[in-house]
Amino acid sequence: MDFNDTPEEAAYRAQVRAWLEANAPKTHYSGDPEGDGSSMAASKTWQAKKAAAGYAQITWPKEWGGQGGNPIQQVIFNQEEAKYPVPPNPFQIGLGMCVPTVATFADQPTKDRFVGPALRGEEIWCQLFSEPSGGSDVAAARTKAVRAPDGSGDWLISGQKVWTTGAQFSDFGIVVCRTDPDVPKHKGLTMFWLDMHSPGIEVKPIHQMSGGSGFNEVFFTDVRVKDSQRLGGVGDGWKVSLVTLMNERLAVGGASGAGWTEFMEAARSVPGLDGAPAIKDHALREKLADWYVQAEGLKHTRNRTMTALSRGQTPGPESSIGKIVSALQMQDLGNTALEMLDQFGIIDDPELAPLRAGFHSSLMFAPGLRIAGGTDEILKNIIAERVLGLPGDIRVDKDVAFKDMPTGR
Amino acid sequence: MNFDFSDDQKALKSEARRFLEANASTERVRKVLDDDARPYDEALWKAVGQQGWLGAAIPEEFGGLGLGHLELCVIAEELGRAVAPIPFASTVYFVAEAVMLAGSDEQKSYLLPKIAAGEIIGCIATSEGPGVTTAATLKATVSDGKLSGVKLPVTDGDIGNVALVLAKENGKPGLFLVDLDDAGVTREVLKTLDPTRDAARLIFKDAPVRRIGGAGEGMELVEQVFDRAAVLLAFEQCGGADRCLEMAKAYALERYAFGRVIASYQAIKHKLADMYVKNELGRSNAYYGAWALNTNAPELPVAASAARIAASEAFWFASKENIQTHGGIGFTWEMDCHLFYRRSRQLSLVAGAPRVWKERLVSQLERRNAA
Repeated sequence: MDFNDTPEEAAYRAQVRAWLEANAPKTHYSGDPEGDGSSMAASKTWQAKKAAAGYAQITWPKEWGGQGGNPIQQVIFNQEEAKYPVPPNPFQIGLGMCVPTVATFADQPTKDRFVGPALRGEEIWCQLFSEPSGGSDVAAARTKAVRAPDGSGDWLISGQKVWTTGAQFSDFGIVVCRTDPDVPKHKGLTMFWLDMHSPGIEVKPIHQMSGGSGFNEVFFTDVRVKDSQRLGGVGDGWKVSLVTLMNERLAVGGASGAGWTEFMEAARSVPGLDGAPAIKDHALREKLADWYVQAEGLKHTRNRTMTALSRGQTPGPESSIGKIVSALQMQDLGNTALEMLDQFGIIDDPELAPLRAGFHSSLMFAPGLRIAGGTDEILKNIIAERVLGLPGDIRVDKDVAFKDMPTGR
Repeated sequence: MNFDFSDDQKALKSEARRFLEANASTERVRKVLDDDARPYDEALWKAVGQQGWLGAAIPEEFGGLGLGHLELCVIAEELGRAVAPIPFASTVYFVAEAVMLAGSDEQKSYLLPKIAAGEIIGCIATSEGPGVTTAATLKATVSDGKLSGVKLPVTDGDIGNVALVLAKENGKPGLFLVDLDDAGVTREVLKTLDPTRDAARLIFKDAPVRRIGGAGEGMELVEQVFDRAAVLLAFEQCGGADRCLEMAKAYALERYAFGRVIASYQAIKHKLADMYVKNELGRSNAYYGAWALNTNAPELPVAASAARIAASEAFWFASKENIQTHGGIGFTWEMDCHLFYRRSRQLSLVAGAPRVWKERLVSQLERRNAA
């Protein structure tokens, strides 16, 4: 048991460090914490540099512009890259989920057309799955695709998607549509890729409760796509989407922002009970201990995952606990910090509130993090069913034609 | 990065599990539970000694196997799974560790071979009554090499041959080795929450002692010993917590209610998922503690605290929610659930309660972050 790299890993790390030292940005810039694309130019520049050097998708094969590397090398790069003030990465949904799906199901010319520009950050992709009628239940999608009446074989897409990350600056997307409402829900779906600049597409950023706009509503009105844009067979959309979703839990990271160290710092200077600094308050100290232990538990769980990767093994199910723990902690820590501030806690003016209102940001963003990329409840179902092997839920809609499914709001 | 046990250590773990399944079934544990006259499972204690486990981390020159603490961790996990009714923790995690840490050459040569051979049982005596023992509350006193005072509870104090006793000498705390067979020692068995792990009141009246470690360094030494024990106890707790999750899962998969197995209800699935999350957090923290213990890293006090807090929480949660998953049958004496519920409390209290460790942890983090 040790924390050292193998000789091969150490050599790779040295190579990565040298490249980053020569190429990575050294100065901070005003980023976009809510992912609204305000730092897109910086993101694209950095992505192009990484792609030119083969670091954009290390595990991709060389003919796609990767290094044919292994997952541990990607982890090493991510660790080293995180030491620099690099801009946010709006490309990961495309590179991690959409493009691999396209590459798996599209023909060679399509693959050749899209892989390079996505890798270099020239084109951005979004994933159009969630709908107003189906968040956790993605297979309940209502957005429909019907054959164009002109006999061209083209499809016309109409409906609405929601919570689409980055749709407002995306060039392409993959969309799952209802093509047959007369069969049960999983069997009547079909997947397409499409140009987000097509006529009939309207993107409206969602004004989140946190104030930012990282997600969007996307409206489709008779958007025409060619049959050659279909990914997989007609009616096979669910199977195709599983390929995409398999990668989602890896792409949706844990919580960032204020943690136990920031809380401890703030607690040193804020007066607590009886005029003593809040850090002397035992109720807060117990909380600090709990957060520290959770954070360390996740860190060392990642170390266990790294170990499996380093040995060329598939990481075990322990990697599935991250978001449940970190999102809940983010909410609790933010709220406890506000309570520590007492009456002052209602002020979220960055000029006045500690950490430029970072605790307030945590409090207001945590509800979204507890939902995005699988709600707490869905993730617990996944642990119960896939890790512990407990039975799936009884599906009352399994053998019912989609058009006959009961619907509420 | 190699944050895992080696293949050899995993093989030892499998071997330990097979051995304990054969020699420490819950039927065997119940023989201690149900018989007030049986303080521990003597046959299991002997067998464990023959396996060499008592000396796993004791150097070969002192009669041990000289393996290391990672090997001791995997054994501890299996002992926790089995709720083994033997004085392993008292003897190995506390006394042997203290002697290896601070004992003189003579103390090491005298005690370690006897511990490794299973010839003596050790115990640690710090508490004197309700609440946290500190230098200010400490009453037991050593003068002219003789100890007087009362210690309770002392886990395995009723069966121990030698005790590590925290007492004041010249007004300052020290740690002392006491032969419990001396005429100056009286023992009374206490009624305890976990009858598979006995405890006693020890009354000392001019009992001869030998100090271990420096004069006036008793509190610091106890902290160091507790750090080491905390990591090993955390592995016992992880073992117990995993077993509770397995029991809950097995029962939920065979118990029907409203026409289907209760494992198909989300209320139960989410409960078991919560157990899994806590168990993984406990395990990952325990692994880091194992690394710190094995390498004697300066991070040990922080790592041990985190391991103890996380593993205590995991075992407590898993043991109580295992009963809840079982429903009424889980509340019966005949069902094994309460063995784990009792042991989870015993393990969480024996080296100081989690809230004490949380305070220790935060104090250390404060110092570390100020530096």
